[in-house]
Parts: sequence; C-alpha cells; structure tokens
Amino acid sequence: MELLIFYPLAGICILFALGVVINNSPINSAISLIGMMLCLAGVFILQQAHFIAVLQIIIYAGAIMVLFMFVIMLLNLKGKGEDDKWQSRDNNLLLNVLSGLLAAGILYKLISIINEAKFNSPALTSENFGTVREVGTILFTEFVLPFEVASILLLVAMIGAVVLAKSKVD
Amino acid sequence: MLLELIITLVKVFFIIGVTVVFFAPVLTWVERKQSAIMQDRVGANRADILGFTALGLFHAIADAIKMFTKEDFIPQGANRFLHTLSPIIAVIPAILTFAVVPFGGQYELWGTKVNLVISDLDVGLLFVFAIASIATYGYVISGWASNNNWSLLGSMRTASQMISYEVTMGLTIIGVLMVFGSLKLTEIGAAQEDFLSWGFFMQPLGFFMFLTASIAENKRIPFDAPEAESELVAGYFTEYSGLKFGMFFMSEFIEMVTIGAIVTVLFFGAWHIPFLPSATLLSWLDFLGTNWANLVLMLIHIGVFFAKVIFFIWFQMTIRWTLPRFRYDQIMKLGWKILLPLSLANILITGIVILAIN
Repeated sequence: MELLIFYPLAGICILFALGVVINNSPINSAISLIGMMLCLAGVFILQQAHFIAVLQIIIYAGAIMVLFMFVIMLLNLKGKGEDDKWQSRDNNLLLNVLSGLLAAGILYKLISIINEAKFNSPALTSENFGTVREVGTILFTEFVLPFEVASILLLVAMIGAVVLAKSKVD
Repeated sequence: MLLELIITLVKVFFIIGVTVVFFAPVLTWVERKQSAIMQDRVGANRADILGFTALGLFHAIADAIKMFTKEDFIPQGANRFLHTLSPIIAVIPAILTFAVVPFGGQYELWGTKVNLVISDLDVGLLFVFAIASIATYGYVISGWASNNNWSLLGSMRTASQMISYEVTMGLTIIGVLMVFGSLKLTEIGAAQEDFLSWGFFMQPLGFFMFLTASIAENKRIPFDAPEAESELVAGYFTEYSGLKFGMFFMSEFIEMVTIGAIVTVLFFGAWHIPFLPSATLLSWLDFLGTNWANLVLMLIHIGVFFAKVIFFIWFQMTIRWTLPRFRYDQIMKLGWKILLPLSLANILITGIVILAIN
C-alpha cells in the first residue's frame, strides 16, 4: 500500500525536478519546482512527518516560491518568444568544471548517506513520531543550540537585507 | 472499514454540497440583494421564469447558464496551458480547506463513532495555512499567463498583498494555539464549550486581526486593490471569460464561507451554544432514546455551526458594502506597520498572561 503511493509520488517528483532543469522558460521552471515541492511534501507525509510536510508547503512552496515568481515576472515583463528563454550560458570552462565537481561531490555524499541509512528501523518510529508536540520537544531540548543559532543566522540575514536595501534608497 | 468509508464519503459530499452547490450560488444573490438594500435600490429582480421572480433568486441560475454558454476566450500570445490551469489552482484550495474544518463534535450513533470532520489532522491549523498559501499561485499565474499588463499588475498586487497578510495571519494563529495548546481544529472547537472560554474572549485582538488578514487574503473590498476596476480594468482576471471567470468568481464566495467557518471554529465556539453545554442539551433530549438523542444533538450542532458561519458571511458582506477601497500603499502600511507589530505584541502579552496564570 505504502509503495503504491510512494512510487507514483516519487516518479512525479523526479519528473518535476527534471522539468526545473530542462525547461527553457524560467516561469515554467518555477512552476515545476513548486510541483516538485508539493510532491516532496507528499513523501514526507508518507514517512509520518506531517509537521515537516506542512512546513515544506508553507515555507518553500507557499512563501519562498511566490517571491521567486514575483521576481521572475518583474524581470520578464516583456517576455515574448525568444526573450522568454534563459540567457544563453557562458561557456566558461572553469565555471563548468567547478560546478560539475560540486554536483559530483553532493551526489557522492548523498549516495553514501543512503547506503548507510537504516531503512524501516522500528526504533526510529515511535507512536508520536512526527507530531508537532514531538518535533517541538526535540527542537527545544536536544537540538536547542543549532535551532537558536539558525534563528540568529536568519535574523542577521534579514537585518543585512534591510541595510543593503536602505543604503540604496537613501 | 466499509462503514468508515461510507461515513467519510457522506461528509465529503455534504461539505461540497453545502459550499459549492448551496453557498456559492446563493451568496451571489445575497450579495446583490444586500448591496441593493444598503444602497437603497430595489436590486436583483429582473430574471424571471414566466413572470415569477422569487425575489431575484433566479439570477443565480441565469449566472450559471451565462457562464456555461459564454465563449471561452484566450488572448493572443497568452500561455494557453497556464491560462487554463490558474483558475483551477485558485478554486481547489478554497474547497480543500474544509477537509480539516470540524462542523460538529463527536457523536456515538448506533455503536459507530461519528467525528464531524473529514480529516482530523494533527497539524490541522497549519494545514489551513498551507492551503491558503498555495491559493496565491492561482492568482499570480493567471495574470502572467494572460499576456496583459493590467492582469500582470493585478497579479503583482495579489502576490505582495497575500504574502504580507499571511505573516499577520500566521502570527495571530500562534496566539490562538498558545491559548488552546493544540493545532487540531477539533480540539480547539471542543475546548470552547464554556461561553467564556470562546477564542474571542481569550484573543479579542487576535480575532480582529485574523478577520482583517483573512479578508485581505480573500481580496475583497476594502482590500481589493488586485482587481481594482477603476485602475486595473479587472486585475488578474481581466482576460478571463465564461466558466474560467466563473471559477475565480466562485472561489471568492467559497473562501468567504471558509473564512466564516475558520473564524467560527477558532474564535466563536465552533458548534457550541452559549450557556448551554452539550450534556444539558442531551439530557433534555433523553426521552428520544440515546441514539436518536445523539442524532438530534448532532443535527442541532451542525445547524448552530452553520448559523454562526452565515453570521460571519453577513459580517464580511456588510464590511464590503460599507468601506471604500484602500489605496495600495495604505494596504501595505496597514499590513506591515500596524498589524505585524500588533500581532507580535499579542503573542508577547498572551505568553505573559499564560505564564502568570500558571
């Protein structure tokens, strides 16, 4: 039953992910990315992580992607035909090699993590796994330091954005 | 298993029937009639069948026939696929929110537990919020796909307005869940059995901010800058006709019902009657026998819930026909400079009070 939901969901997810990379028009890429995130939220729900799934939709699909679309639309006001396409990428050899190496590194790390992971280990899934209460408790006890550091990081980024924008206006 | 499935299907059809088949068409008539009364006009009374007008109720049928038979027009240079997709993205979230809204409590009928909510999610309140944020795309994409500058401007305004007011909405919700200690809408509803524990008395400021933010999310007057007729023709749906326009039109009315329902559950005691606990009501109905008494109680609760929802729909309509449209910069100022600090203060005060009581 679980697999019956997982495979179509994962398949559509990969199709959307490919759509992000292959699409010529930025707006279609953005829409594919939203579709991919929604499918990913579905996979999270399948893993009993309801809270993470909903946050995925609220934050990534709901808030960040709207801003992406906003920016794409503003930059693309005259978008018709050829103007609609991405600017042709520079064939900078160094850049290509570096980004290729980066992608290969991430892929290697991912595969090694997947190989080490223990799937379906019952110790990980307790009764209340993934509920808001459980996630909150873990976040404020075991992982309180990373949690607070991350929030300070966001605050700094926010102030930085305001300062940068303000210095241009004044 | 089969019985559960049947009960769930009945609930789904009930909700779709109430929102799409009943509320959406009837509200178009109510809106016309109320605007007529408030502006001292006779109002919708022209559509008749054999000279019989039924107070203008046939206008809803005339609307439906018109929408179904009108030409579906897609402007030149528009993105055909996205142009068709966006009204669908707009209308589905409006209906989907009802999946987690409880329209009654839990009842035991003939040995079967009936929980009057389609899906009792652990993250119910956040689900509502997530669905609301998805709805933005319908409006944003529609303007872009229309290949029309008025539409695009409308979409831009929609996006910025909806993002701004989502912040307030999210922060107000935090106040509510601090008071009730749960994200489950059924638990929040059940916790308000006592009249003085209604969310409105716990979070008076939260109620007004939530209602303001949700009307802004629905883009109705006074927050209808995205479709401002006098500036942007019709905003994001300028290039829509026929049934696709109908979907945008319908989603606005369905969202009004949704807002009414959410406000009722969070702030106005959900299905409870003031000063009349369910136990007392049940003891009055005891002469019917346990099962029938429970059934009658269930029907009463559903009636009470929708009566409250109708009150909030009326409230939203009264606001719509009372206030003029805010200017775009006023909307932004209200969202970021007034509502955002107020909602943060609300969380702080709520926290201090809860700490003091404990």
